[in-house]
Amino acid sequence: MLSRRVIPCLDVAGGRVVKGTRFVDLEDAGDPVELAMRYAADGADELVYLDISAAPEGRGTLLELVERTARTVFIPLTVGGGVRSVSEMRDVLRAGADKVSLNSAAVAEPSLIRRCATRFGRQAVVVAIDAAGAAGGGWQAWVKGGREPTGLDVLSWAERAVELGAGELLVTSIDRDGTGSGFDIELLQAIVERVSVPVIASGGAAGPADFVRAVQEGHADAVLAASIFHRRTASIGEVKAAMAAAGLAVRLDTERAA
Amino acid sequence: MIRVAVADYGAGNLVSIVRALEVVGTEPFVVRDADALGKADALVVPGVGAAAPAMVRLSRRGLVEPIRAWITSGRPFLGICLGLQLLFDGSDEDGARTLGALEGRSVRLADAPTLPHIGWNNVERTRTSALFDGIAQAAAFYFVHSYAAAPADESIVLARTEHGAWFPSAIERGSILGVQFHPERSGRDGLQLLANFSAIASRLVEGAAA
Repeated sequence: MLSRRVIPCLDVAGGRVVKGTRFVDLEDAGDPVELAMRYAADGADELVYLDISAAPEGRGTLLELVERTARTVFIPLTVGGGVRSVSEMRDVLRAGADKVSLNSAAVAEPSLIRRCATRFGRQAVVVAIDAAGAAGGGWQAWVKGGREPTGLDVLSWAERAVELGAGELLVTSIDRDGTGSGFDIELLQAIVERVSVPVIASGGAAGPADFVRAVQEGHADAVLAASIFHRRTASIGEVKAAMAAAGLAVRLDTERAA
Repeated sequence: MIRVAVADYGAGNLVSIVRALEVVGTEPFVVRDADALGKADALVVPGVGAAAPAMVRLSRRGLVEPIRAWITSGRPFLGICLGLQLLFDGSDEDGARTLGALEGRSVRLADAPTLPHIGWNNVERTRTSALFDGIAQAAAFYFVHSYAAAPADESIVLARTEHGAWFPSAIERGSILGVQFHPERSGRDGLQLLANFSAIASRLVEGAAA
């Protein structure tokens, strides 16, 4: 049976884990590979690197980091942040990533999703959607790290992204992010109902019970979090144990140190 | 130490499979043309994505016939994900004609609750094989795909996996091995499987030399 995935997210810049702009108060800045190894040993099912360095000259450092990670940690790696073209995606995959997450660039130019999916297969294309409650009800998609509204209805954008070739959706609730008030269950339900690709829930986790709810009630296929793991509020092992205790299929066979 | 050729036909991440093959004690190298294949003891064809563009790229690099010849000569072969699907006659995904080393087609996963099938899923063996030595029955491996092989000869199926319906997740016929999941992305058990492939290949190479 397909396991529900638990995915730690690392904000990186200049080859280091940094205090995120989206995920605030990251305390233990350091080498992403060391943190990635610790997470893998603790049972992480995948890893996500979110490159928050705006400077294009940082790309070389990112690619080097991706390669170092791929050579060390043998679980899937998704890289998001700053990929704006098929050739940039190719570089990230060739460096050792398995998937690329598109966000602002896909909103600006939706055909990018189709071109990337055609070239690399839809399984390699994750579309990240940052959602915030809209004034008239429903949710609006935001870009540029949650600083710029797009006017796009999240549910329509989610459907469109999948039609264009997204193989997975990474859905972050901006309203919940950093609040510790739990994942936005209504948002998850609404999206899962409309698309057939896996949906990764993000934003708002405060404890293991929130992950259980995101899957049981929100019907998310995977759950992603950053600060809860970085701050060691809960470990990945504890989250997966809680999910297993709730009767959810999870991979409990954790890595021994590689 | 056996020399393992890893076929490169364009897209995708080869870093992981090459590094994983190093970690398990083989000497991997990337091949982009038929000449380089001559130096290999074993051949791995990895890959994700669609069959038609993959066949076009293999063909452009003059690798289709050499790979087919490699497989029929009984030399050690491991197909990973798309590399497994390419072994069969064709793919329903885009109508591509593939290598035709095994009878059957690649078909869309039936009754799948989500597509693509992405994540860790249990691989349940239907018979024993050295490929799974030291790996627990029903151990979880990492999958990323929407199509899977439907072999005409079911006796080649080594393991199966359920995602809505059951599909073959590993096959073996003589020296031809194939897995639908990604051992290079499946942690410790994945590395064990690659170590097992290396051991199988070594025995075949020694047997051929003897």
